[in-house]
Amino acid sequence: MSDVVEKTLTALPSLLLSVDSQPGSAKLSTSSKLGSLIRNITELTSKHEEEKLIQRELSSIKDQVSSPNTTMRQMKELMVRAIYCEMLGYDSSFTYIHAIKLAQQGSVLEKRVGYLAVSLFLNEHHELLLLLVNTVLKDLQSTNLIEVCMALTVVSQIFPKDMIPAILPLVEEKLNHPKEIIRRKAVLALYKFHLIAPNQVQHIHNKFRKALCDKDPGVMGASLHIYLHLIQENPEGYKDLTTSFVTILKQVVGGKLPMDFNYHSVPAPWIQIQLLQILSLLGKNDPGTSEIMHEILEESLRRAEMNHNITYAILYECVKCIYTIHPKSDLLEKAAKCIGNFVLSSKINLKYLGLKALTYVVQQDPKLALQHQMTIIECLEHPDLIIKRETLEILFRITNAQNVTVIVEKMLTFLSTSEDDHTTIDLVGKVAELAKKYAPDNEWFIQTMNAVFSLGGETMQPDITNSFLKLLSEGFDSVEEDRKLKVFAVNSYVSLLEGEPEKLPQRFLQVISWVLGEFSHLQQDVGAETVVCLLDKLLHMKNSTSETKTWVLMAMTKVCEGAACAPLVQSVCETYSSSLDTVLRQRAQELQHLSRDPALRARVLPPVCTREPLEVDSSLSFLDEFVSEALAAGAAPYKPSHQRQEELAQTKAVSYEPYQLTLPISTTAHTHTPSLLSISSSLSEGSADLSHKGGSSSLKLEGVKRVWGRGGYEAAQVETPSPPQEGGDPSISHTPPLTSEDTESKQQEQQLASSMFLGLDHSSVTLMGKGDSTPSWLKRKERGQTPLNDAQTFTDPQELTDPSPLHVVSPQFPQSPVIANGTSDTEAALALACLDTNRSSTNQLEDRGLSLYLPAELSGLICSEISVLCSSESLELSACHVHKLRSLEMIVFISNSSDNAVQQIQVQLHSEQLEVSCASESQMEEVKGHSVVVRQYSLRVRKPSVHVELIGTLFHPETPQNVQFTYRLPLSSFIRPLTLSTEEYGTMWLSFSNDTKQNLTLVHSENEGPLRATLNVLTEDLHLHVVEIIGMEAIVACRLLQDQPCLMHCRVHGDALAVWLRSPVPELPDCLIYHCQRALQGH
Amino acid sequence: MIRAILIFNNHGKPRLSKFYEHYTEDTEQQIIRETFHLVSKRDENVCNFLEGGMLIGGSDYKLIYRHYATLYFVFCVDSSESELGILDLIQVFVETLDKCFENVCELDLIFHVDKVHNILAEMVMGGMVLETNMNEIIMQVDAQNKMENTFLWELFIGIKPEIGSNFK
Repeated sequence: MSDVVEKTLTALPSLLLSVDSQPGSAKLSTSSKLGSLIRNITELTSKHEEEKLIQRELSSIKDQVSSPNTTMRQMKELMVRAIYCEMLGYDSSFTYIHAIKLAQQGSVLEKRVGYLAVSLFLNEHHELLLLLVNTVLKDLQSTNLIEVCMALTVVSQIFPKDMIPAILPLVEEKLNHPKEIIRRKAVLALYKFHLIAPNQVQHIHNKFRKALCDKDPGVMGASLHIYLHLIQENPEGYKDLTTSFVTILKQVVGGKLPMDFNYHSVPAPWIQIQLLQILSLLGKNDPGTSEIMHEILEESLRRAEMNHNITYAILYECVKCIYTIHPKSDLLEKAAKCIGNFVLSSKINLKYLGLKALTYVVQQDPKLALQHQMTIIECLEHPDLIIKRETLEILFRITNAQNVTVIVEKMLTFLSTSEDDHTTIDLVGKVAELAKKYAPDNEWFIQTMNAVFSLGGETMQPDITNSFLKLLSEGFDSVEEDRKLKVFAVNSYVSLLEGEPEKLPQRFLQVISWVLGEFSHLQQDVGAETVVCLLDKLLHMKNSTSETKTWVLMAMTKVCEGAACAPLVQSVCETYSSSLDTVLRQRAQELQHLSRDPALRARVLPPVCTREPLEVDSSLSFLDEFVSEALAAGAAPYKPSHQRQEELAQTKAVSYEPYQLTLPISTTAHTHTPSLLSISSSLSEGSADLSHKGGSSSLKLEGVKRVWGRGGYEAAQVETPSPPQEGGDPSISHTPPLTSEDTESKQQEQQLASSMFLGLDHSSVTLMGKGDSTPSWLKRKERGQTPLNDAQTFTDPQELTDPSPLHVVSPQFPQSPVIANGTSDTEAALALACLDTNRSSTNQLEDRGLSLYLPAELSGLICSEISVLCSSESLELSACHVHKLRSLEMIVFISNSSDNAVQQIQVQLHSEQLEVSCASESQMEEVKGHSVVVRQYSLRVRKPSVHVELIGTLFHPETPQNVQFTYRLPLSSFIRPLTLSTEEYGTMWLSFSNDTKQNLTLVHSENEGPLRATLNVLTEDLHLHVVEIIGMEAIVACRLLQDQPCLMHCRVHGDALAVWLRSPVPELPDCLIYHCQRALQGH
Repeated sequence: MIRAILIFNNHGKPRLSKFYEHYTEDTEQQIIRETFHLVSKRDENVCNFLEGGMLIGGSDYKLIYRHYATLYFVFCVDSSESELGILDLIQVFVETLDKCFENVCELDLIFHVDKVHNILAEMVMGGMVLETNMNEIIMQVDAQNKMENTFLWELFIGIKPEIGSNFK
């Protein structure tokens, strides 16, 4: 099709002439100005000249726009020129205001250019947009369709959140417009509003349904955008629409739409694609819903057999859908065949999509990769880097302990040729993950990580180095293995430093220094002075950053022992104790003092073997005495920063400082759990680099052994025996030697294939499944957003030749026959672990029992219902939350129904939105038979959102799997009244910048006025404080526990309550308005 | 969602840039440059998809492009869009341009930036695909162009007084 545009500009002058004779738009005299500008630009040779020319052009535009004699028509022309300059990257902000004027005052055509310029120049945060609101309002009400269209377009492009209420009613009205193009644009504009401010369009969800049933398929198609988004957020809420979507798809596929919607004689392909995407979201993990769509999916697959690009797009979506919804075997078979067609296609785009589809399904169906192994091998050598990368992605997904060496080697080869930062970062992370998870032996692991550090350079994600160091410092259970690993690392680093350390990236040098500092004493052959010499070499390198030097100095501090190093150390100290960098200076001082005083050094840096985990009192209680003395001596008591800020705000009438209320960052400081730190790593973390990473790697968690995985793979190691350390694994002998890469004979490809797809055949699927997919699946399940199909078993149980324990059925369908087929205890526990509805009846009884265990100091406070979180064997976890004034306490009850005591139970909670701190210090609990242990956690909000979620893990030594659970709380649980005077309210109101306005429905009551009644409902449900009521207005205040305040101004306006919220936190007003709506709906 | 639509020529000169998300002026220019850099070094016989660069949003984003004679048409989209669907959308866009300009060439895009933008606005609205039917798009654009002609005629016989009114 590219011949359509096969016209190039070879002779510029002749083409310029031809432009002048263009039909359609009549050439205006001024258009030649743009022409001459472009002519001049094309004649230029350097960027500098272009800059000069454009500056001249811009200043001429500037003169003309501000001249009073410029007509609207000339203005339109000027705008086009300004758009051109802006596109080339030159600032023409002086025209912005004129663009708005043009949109305001011009006739339709000029207006169009004005609107276009506005939408290209301005963004939703631009202050000039305020000037546009009236124009848009006027045009939305215009009788001219084109004006309405233009207004809708600009609205969907740049309108900010706070201006939406002004135009919302008008846009809503347009949903009933007789012209379908207007309806369609209105639907999309509303979708855009939904994206920016979901609360404000909550009330029109019904109208979206109407749009879905619109008689014009175009409007229906536009509404699919909305539904795709809504269903993504909440698939449960729209299950009832499944049949409608299926019917629509049936009609589309059956060619019931007008011919206009055909594209290359395929009926409405884009609508089909969207419908398939929607169906896959609806059918995910839901056998019932999936059932409804099987027929139409089969039909789509059958119909889409024409050989055009767009039919492949439909097929691809179909295949994805089939693999996402609850499986049906014959559909899967067809889909697999389809993937095969893609992968084997000679068209490169289809091959790419085929590989993508394989990546998507390969974890559920490793056999499919096995089928296409030769194609995958070919793609690995494909000249297109994108294809290669996608192939590596597949390999990454099918890696197991047996093929890891081959696959990692392929990845490293690719990495060494990759130039794109993004690819490098991504791939380096993957190699590191695989190395950690499946390393066959120490040597391989260290060498692979060396390659990762050298190739990854400075762009690598910091957690790779962190977790590597953590891993080395914690080591294995076996002392001997541990020692071997460390010694090998030391040896390899010493030889690297003896080579050409200049070529190594800084990050790698830092890792090397740390490892040498910590472990070089384990290697007796290398004396301390050799190490210090090598480290000294790093200090003298030209490209060493001061951060690296800090690491080096710290390593020296740990190593320098004996008289041999003294002179060198002395000279280093002298050089750096006068350094301008304060951190370096401090390290140099430390080095000096500790190297001189062996006794002190032995105390500060005891030999590794004698180190005990150190308990750190992060609440700083040992300072209590100091504080009380200071208070007694007349010092002012400490005030948290937000309190100071508030007081500051009160003393000023109007706050002119824009950043005054950047509220409490301090909350993070004092809620840390006292945790165990190991000296060894705490020293290493002292460096500038790692200390701010939240010290995550410095936490030495008891009971965490060698965890080969970033997320959710903890259990893997319980089940799989730790990777063979002796290097005697028979599978590795299959590995072709490196040299085989340069010859490309078929035989070698075969050999490569056999080693790469090792462990994917039927017998070892079990191993893989046990090893990693089950726990990872578990983790994803809990988060509720699985990119892949959750159900591990997608084949019918009858089909299973081997009812191996891998085939864990998704716990959402406990009635599924697989469970009935007899599963292991673990699975039963897993299936139970998810909240099933069957037990809710028994809950009530248990509740009464559990509430007795509530801590005494919490009795009498507002407490939520006790709900069951999860259970595992004889253990059951339940929880509730209690509102305290300063915090929200979450109480977890661990009850043991068996006769025997269960020891070493750990419950860990974490959340992105919350800060969790535990009241008790010990991590482990012991639960005696038939008893209940209570753990109490305080929660504080880190990032407000409508609902906050906690993800927890129950570690339990008797079951190999860790059981995960989630606990959801509404934000309203964290809201506390804020007592203020009206004056204080006034000053605070002015200083907050984030606001939201919304109309709420009024509550009517017999004994009180509607304002009172509504406020009563709100204060009762949400614990707000009513500051004052004046006539039909009221001011209300609250805050999130003790921190962020939120102020509310209410005014009765006709039938509604106009509410205006302000807060220093951007998310808070929106969340609060949501809960207000919910509270009022309940009445 | 479509995040950005870029058109540039074989030398990396931007011919049209439309961002559906806010970036600063500098970032926009950088995105254009980086995208050109990524796209231009690819052969003709490789696939039309690219993983997003660092700037435009990382791994969730993809670039889908087509190369016609002297021009590259690049759509930057997120993972919810169908690759092949967008590829055909570019085709529809180019065919529409071709119909509207009667054998479109690079110069048409330069001299009629505003028209190209208007055609695009009929296809993609705020990052969402609005219309994929070429005839429908042309009809909408024609309706506007017709207004232009009547408008010129009105100007000629001097019906509309505000045409001459001055801009303050």
